[in-house]
Amino acid sequence: MKLQGRKVFRGKVSGEALVTTQDISFYGGCDPETGQIVEKGHQLEGKSIAGKILVFPTGKGSTVGSYVLYALRKTGKAPLAIVNKTVDPVVAVGCIISEIPAVDQVQIDKLRTGQRLEVDADHGVISTIGA
Amino acid sequence: MLELKPEEKAMLEGRQGKATRKAMEIITSLGEIYGARRLIPISSVQIAGVSYDNLGEPGLEFLSDMAADGKARVLTTLNPAGMDLEEWQKHGITAEFARNQQRVVDAFAKMGVVTTCTCTPYLVGNLPHYGEHIAWAESSAVCFANSVIGARTNREGGPSALAAALTGLTAEYGLHLDENRVAEVKYEIKATLKTTDDFGLLGQVIGERTKQAIPYVTGVSHATTEDLMSFCASVATYGGVAMFHMEGISPSRTTVPEKTETVTQEDLNKARQSLDDKDAIIDFISIGCPHASINEIAHIAGLLDGKRVKKGKTVWITTARPTKDLAIRMGYYEKIETAGAFLVSDACCAVAPLKGRFTGLMTDSAKACFYARGKNKFKTEIRTIEECIEEAVS
Repeated sequence: MKLQGRKVFRGKVSGEALVTTQDISFYGGCDPETGQIVEKGHQLEGKSIAGKILVFPTGKGSTVGSYVLYALRKTGKAPLAIVNKTVDPVVAVGCIISEIPAVDQVQIDKLRTGQRLEVDADHGVISTIGA
Repeated sequence: MLELKPEEKAMLEGRQGKATRKAMEIITSLGEIYGARRLIPISSVQIAGVSYDNLGEPGLEFLSDMAADGKARVLTTLNPAGMDLEEWQKHGITAEFARNQQRVVDAFAKMGVVTTCTCTPYLVGNLPHYGEHIAWAESSAVCFANSVIGARTNREGGPSALAAALTGLTAEYGLHLDENRVAEVKYEIKATLKTTDDFGLLGQVIGERTKQAIPYVTGVSHATTEDLMSFCASVATYGGVAMFHMEGISPSRTTVPEKTETVTQEDLNKARQSLDDKDAIIDFISIGCPHASINEIAHIAGLLDGKRVKKGKTVWITTARPTKDLAIRMGYYEKIETAGAFLVSDACCAVAPLKGRFTGLMTDSAKACFYARGKNKFKTEIRTIEECIEEAVS
């Protein structure tokens, strides 16, 4: 399966998808030291986003969220790539300053947690690997 | 499709250094996301995200990396920090916080940013004129610039404002374009507005109702600059509004929207009740969100003259450093501090590390109530400036 989206920040990676249908606030919603989602009641609460291809609709919350992505990058707990339905400026800027490959305008309801994906952000293409 | 000029491409390719390249990546990416067709020069920048309490080590690391070879190309000023840069010790700030906060300010200074540390740049030398394209963060100042001055800025975040400073450019989208500056909902005000707290409550009511839609406000017969500052801060905090039109005050032209809403005295009373916690025990009184003007400080000094702040209460009047200097010259500082209150520059109650230090805030600012509750878990009461001072001394 190939999904066409739009480049937010360049890069090409492959890895395991972690998918949520809920928006994410990185500031206050994600622990920059551990990479765990800590927002109470969130679908991903307690799960680590480190090294995952993180798929969620869009970002929410404070503009400080961009710096949390930068912190995650520095501690080695950043997601491998970010895939959004619609990117918001906080996540977009976070990906740019942290150099995390990112794509948006993707039909994310076609993606499932655990799938192996290739993200070719330069061309805005998400492809499933294997089955 | 975003088209770049040769010199803009050179910046993006890193031929003017790493920080400029990163800055250009931020600007062009946002431009592409929002469908901009070109970049435009800006002449003024206001950067937010200065308090170490919000930035933490990750934010500071980013700023230090940018400061390695980044330099501001246009007039750039700074939002409040987490402390008074000179008198922090007597305000109960720890030496460790002060050290880290100073590192943040130093990183900005290294980039040629004027470290004004205020949310009211237009009061201290960063005053754009009507129609000027600028790139400001700090939602209250963004609202003031677009709506009261008639300059043009989107609601920038910390990194995107810094990016504009380091390149002198922004992408042309949103509020830089005429078609996005048109009023969408008319609000008829049928309530009495006298003081800054009233205007803050009006901002709350309109902000919560209008969300992102640009309001056209009628029925406000008189407003001081301080009243408008309070309104701007509140309407931007409780809604996503980066601009409004106020009949008789805003200089920008717009069509008047058909869709009309009414704001009554009852609506303002309800907003007031919503910010008043019944069980609040007031141990902290803060005025100056947005930063107090010299006129307000003169008034407060008069109210505090010969009075004494009660034991168990702390009073912060927050303002910009140049305004504090004027207050010192005029003897206002002496009157305020002799009464046991503090005239705090560079910082404010929304961004200083105050969590756990107080339990109840009284203020004239609806915006300050929002951050006191959310960030610091304080109870709040909103009152006039006179009532706030009365609470402190009686």
